[in-house]
Amino acid sequence: MSFGNPVLRILLLLAFLAAWEAAVRLFAVPVFILPAPSGIAVALYRGVVSMVYVDNLWITLLETALGFALGIALAFALGTLVALSRRTEYYLYPFIVMFQSLPKVALAPLIVVWFGLGLTSKVVNAALIAFFPLMVNTIVGLRSADEDRVNLMRSLDASERQIFWMLRLPGALPFIMAGLEVAMIFALIGAIVAEFVGATAGLGMLIQTLNFSADVAGVFSILLILSVLGLLLNQIILLMRRRVLFWDPSVKTSATEDVGKGARL
Amino acid sequence: MSGSSAGAMGGIGLATAGEVRPVRPVAAQPVIAVRRLGKSYGTARAPVVALEDIDFAVAEGEFVAILGPSGCGKSTLLKILAGLLPATSGEASLRGTPIAGPRRDIGVVFQSPVLFPWRSVLHNVLLPADVQRLDRAEHERIALALLSLVGLGGFEHRYPWELSGGMQQRVAIVRALVHDPALLLMDEPFGALAAMTREQMNLELQRIWLERRKTVVFITHSIPEAVFLADRVLVMTPRPGRIAETVAVGLPRPRSLDAMNTPEFGELVRRIRAHFSAQGGVDL
Ligand SMILES: Nc1ncnc2c1ncn2[C@@H]1O[C@H](COP(=O)(O)OP(=O)(O)OP(=O)(O)O)[C@@H](O)[C@H]1O
Ligand SMILES: [Mg+2]
Repeated sequence: MSFGNPVLRILLLLAFLAAWEAAVRLFAVPVFILPAPSGIAVALYRGVVSMVYVDNLWITLLETALGFALGIALAFALGTLVALSRRTEYYLYPFIVMFQSLPKVALAPLIVVWFGLGLTSKVVNAALIAFFPLMVNTIVGLRSADEDRVNLMRSLDASERQIFWMLRLPGALPFIMAGLEVAMIFALIGAIVAEFVGATAGLGMLIQTLNFSADVAGVFSILLILSVLGLLLNQIILLMRRRVLFWDPSVKTSATEDVGKGARL
Repeated sequence: MSGSSAGAMGGIGLATAGEVRPVRPVAAQPVIAVRRLGKSYGTARAPVVALEDIDFAVAEGEFVAILGPSGCGKSTLLKILAGLLPATSGEASLRGTPIAGPRRDIGVVFQSPVLFPWRSVLHNVLLPADVQRLDRAEHERIALALLSLVGLGGFEHRYPWELSGGMQQRVAIVRALVHDPALLLMDEPFGALAAMTREQMNLELQRIWLERRKTVVFITHSIPEAVFLADRVLVMTPRPGRIAETVAVGLPRPRSLDAMNTPEFGELVRRIRAHFSAQGGVDL
């Protein structure tokens, strides 16, 4: 980290907040357009103290986690099937292409109609959106096995099953971990979008409610919570990745500064 | 190698370095017999002929080098011997049985080390034991003894990326030896190494071979390397590959690097090089 000064970095952030605060006060911007940072802080404090945020955060977190788990389980299973069997790929290919080019969030209204206003529709939507990035990466990863390595395994008289477990799967882990990273954030997006469409609880629903009552400071405070939530979820995956991929160049070289990755969505 | 580690290896390393080669019964069945072997790639309509009419045999315990210009089909030949590729015509057999697929009594060393970065040095070496479900504890002992034999004692818990290219290639050689195969197939194992490292590796390989008495087929496109290591050098022509000449190397063993400066050595190198100059395809 010779290219930056950490103190300067924090000062810049503080200066930005100060300028925001000053601008809002100076130009008397109405609170229902853009609240000052201090106003957002107050809204955050009230929401947290009244437990409203915590309850809804819990719901959104549960939807995200369940959707993520469901999505990645299906993605991994189907991805493996497609990667290992050209025949499966042949028959599934039209479905995959059709589905892949579709913006999955556009399905949210339908899913809420089919699965109701409760938890299920959020989980299904989160799973659906988390599914694709991991499936694609699983396929690419499992197929990326180096030919020399496959030849080495074959020369040892390894079975296809052994080649899968000892070579293809570990070799695919860099792709799979990258897929999981994206899938995690996508699951959160899926849950929030489904809450927008129709829900009885959750941070997404809360944003809708506060927006209708023109509580923009409240909306901002939830955005803040969501961004911290996204960051934490991402960190969980990164932590896992660092343990699993200790041997991969991407982990060996970039010990820090992985946070910006979500931006590539 | 110390006496205790030799004992731990269950009688694998019987001979010791520097010993004169034992006299073998004459006319023993060859380890490898290749007859009228041919291989073409591509379609039947537009074939790429890689090998044509290859004939040779390798005797038990013999070190044979196969030498040829780039693209003459050396790797193809080795893959056929390893059971990784079917031949198009003719046949190759191992101890009298046609080679129909991979066999467990062969060790292969490729041009690159082909190590798995997620496995430590020791676990890379133990890959054949894992695949073939051999006794773990016993092979761990063998692996550690072999690693110290090639100067990698103490590196067993390191990972491949922590090693230099030469060290990685030594790991690959140890991996090819760990399940005690009777036959070692090596495809330009030192091709990617710097000249000095390469000479050291040649010395090391000779030492291992003198101790282990494996049958070795060693592919290279370095003439001095072939002459230095081999009992016999098979010289191949450019594509389609055929065997142009078989040169017996009678130099006494163990050969030191100084042996490369002797007139006998120079004469053999000149004789082999003449093939390539005549064909205009000088590779070294
Ligand atoms: N999978 C393949 N498909 C088609 N042609 C191939 C294939 N593999 C090799 N060939 C062709 O066969 C010929 C021999 O290839 P091979 O790899 O055996 O050569 P080589 O002697 O090992 O060369 P080098 O010294 O460069 O490693 C080459 O002309 C190559 O183009
Ligand atoms: Mg080759």
